[in-house]
Amino acid sequence: MKVQFSDVSMRFGAMEVLQHVTLGAEEGEFLCILGPSGCGKSTLLNIAGGFLAPSSGSVTIDGEPVTAPDRRRIFVFQERGVFPWLTVEGNIGFGLFDMSAGDRQARVSQYIDLVGLRGFEKSYPRELSGGMKQRVEVARALAVNPDVLFLDEPFGALDSITRLQMRSELLRIWRAERKTVLFVTHDIEESVQLADRVVVMSARPGKIRRVVDIDIPHPRDLSSRRYIELRDLIFGEIGLAHQV
Amino acid sequence: MKTHPRDTEHAEKALSAPSVPLWFQRFMLPLTTAAIILILWSIAVRASGTKIFPTPAAVAKAITTLAEKSLLWHYIADSLTRVFAGYTAAIAVGIPLGFLLGWYAPLARSINPLIQMLRPISPLAWMPLAVIWFGVSNAAPTFLIFLASLFPIIVAAMNGVRNVPPMYIQAGRNFGLTTPQLMTRVMIPAVLPRIIVGLRLAFGIAWVVLVAAEMIAVDSGLGYLIIDARNAGKRYDLVVAGMLMIGLIGLLLDTGIRKIEQWISD
Amino acid sequence: MSRSRLLPLTGIIAALAAWQIAFVLRPSSLIPGPIAVAQGIGELAVRGLLVKYVVASLFRVTWGYLVALVIAIPLGLALGMMRIGEMALNPILQILRPISPLAWIPIAILWFGVGDVSAIFLIFLASLLPMTVATMNAVHNIDPVHLAAARNFGIPLRARMRDVLIPAILPQLIVAMRITLGVAWLVVVAAEMIAVNSGLGFLIVDARNAGNRYDLVIAGMVLIGLVGIVLDLLMRRLERLDSVRWGYASE
Repeated sequence: MKVQFSDVSMRFGAMEVLQHVTLGAEEGEFLCILGPSGCGKSTLLNIAGGFLAPSSGSVTIDGEPVTAPDRRRIFVFQERGVFPWLTVEGNIGFGLFDMSAGDRQARVSQYIDLVGLRGFEKSYPRELSGGMKQRVEVARALAVNPDVLFLDEPFGALDSITRLQMRSELLRIWRAERKTVLFVTHDIEESVQLADRVVVMSARPGKIRRVVDIDIPHPRDLSSRRYIELRDLIFGEIGLAHQV
Repeated sequence: MKTHPRDTEHAEKALSAPSVPLWFQRFMLPLTTAAIILILWSIAVRASGTKIFPTPAAVAKAITTLAEKSLLWHYIADSLTRVFAGYTAAIAVGIPLGFLLGWYAPLARSINPLIQMLRPISPLAWMPLAVIWFGVSNAAPTFLIFLASLFPIIVAAMNGVRNVPPMYIQAGRNFGLTTPQLMTRVMIPAVLPRIIVGLRLAFGIAWVVLVAAEMIAVDSGLGYLIIDARNAGKRYDLVVAGMLMIGLIGLLLDTGIRKIEQWISD
Repeated sequence: MSRSRLLPLTGIIAALAAWQIAFVLRPSSLIPGPIAVAQGIGELAVRGLLVKYVVASLFRVTWGYLVALVIAIPLGLALGMMRIGEMALNPILQILRPISPLAWIPIAILWFGVGDVSAIFLIFLASLLPMTVATMNAVHNIDPVHLAAARNFGIPLRARMRDVLIPAILPQLIVAMRITLGVAWLVVVAAEMIAVNSGLGFLIVDARNAGNRYDLVIAGMVLIGLVGIVLDLLMRRLERLDSVRWGYASE
């Protein structure tokens, strides 16, 4: 296993947030962690990122215990993580401090193309739309060539059309770069569209209810029978009738 | 789609707090620092052999002597009266004026340059004029404090009104509020947090000006205490005692305003 | 068209007119009219005092303020990053801060005598504590997400200072610098009224004491206001820099 959670529990004071979570992600896998608000899925991701220490249990990556943040695995916040005082170029090159100026320039340029921000190199984040800022953050993470990406509801603040576009772009990039991706969301459709496997969590204290394999090849047909079947399975698992 | 405030809040709190501070550190650390400063001060006074600059012990004694003679209380009362009078007058004039200027843009375009001209004139520079107008009396320093607090208050109120989101005003109109109702039910609550920040800033300046005004223009108050102690016999123990009283009272008043600020923003 | 361009002048013109009318109605008053004040400024310029006093005041403000910044900003950064240091020093800073810098005048004179150094010392004190506290608070206000991202990329301390900490506090720092410079300007005038024999504050006191020259008193006030405006405008230009504009709400 690339990323392995072993019996992870977490409490903040008297509040129990995570209970005995055991979960593994394979190399190159796209794993979605899905659950209602406050189920501790963000906390779980922060533990894997090394930003929080679990109350008990452990996380290993490549068999090594995680004790602190590391640049081999990068955390992508909502677009809030973009540094507002740096230009698009400055942000994307942020983690490349140990490269020569020339190499750095080349790498930044490559990722500006990858996320389609050519022409905006010198722009400041305040001049960009939410989706563009999100691209900057993804490019900044990929530029240091990490083997794991943690995405914490990365598209949560975007409008639904931009969100759809960003999903297909993320899939394109993921296929090109083959990183292991842990993706936290509370959007059921989003998880079925993106993931190899969806980990469905219960409300607080967060536990794993079920892990669903999404056995649909990409590009996924959102009106196919299998897609709807899996989506409704998860709706049911979360306890929602699929009606408005 | 909403984020999970609860979730991220926890994560962020944990991200920013490297370790849990123990409660006694909050008390023991400042007390230790204070003790070290006092000891260094004592040693420095002894080592330099100065006859003029007091030791901390001499200052403590000076404070008790002042307190016994009731002179200290008179001076404190005088200083507070001046600050209170000048500051409340500035609030009474500044907030309505700031509202008017914020609400009627042409008025602001016409009057704002004048305000911007007058604002950077140090309030103390008005002293000679204040003495002509009010003589050497309580009114002169009160007038200076009024001037010192007036401009920051006007500017805070004006910017506050201008920055109220137009949505709030539209919503108010939509529900059929008249202009006075719009003021009391929408504008004032929306602007209040900004005004309070302006009030605190204004108070800080008023306190600086008070001390200076009392050093120059009157013969009572904490500022006078300091200058008098120096001029009448180089009593530097009383000078430092006066400075400490100014600091403590200023701190108390500032804390009071902060409490009001928190209470209002909650 | 021209109406909207004249509007900003109407307030000033009305004030000047009211002043002139008051002067005409009560010519015996000690307070001169605007024309006499303009002549007073002319007289100061001819005697060379205008430039001399403005330079003297600016010299004191510049040194006291710059020395304070050089100490306050690193100190504030250190206190902001180290909780222990903050817990040890912050309560003491909070007690010292409300002591009006002018209350230090007797001590300044005792230590440095009547002269430039005393005035510079007072400006230094007036700027030091507010800037230290403002820097510390600015560090506390950095978005934790940005600190987390910087940690994640594992960049070394010096780069973290240069690329994250300092740019993140810069917008707040510049505002604090502008407000503090305003206070320093207020303090220099007061200090010059009491503790030195040159500068714009001295001009005001001296003009009054030596022969009730109120035209020169008001001329001094006008000059203080003008220099104050220029200082404020210069600081505001800093707020327009591209790398700090993100920190201010849209105006």
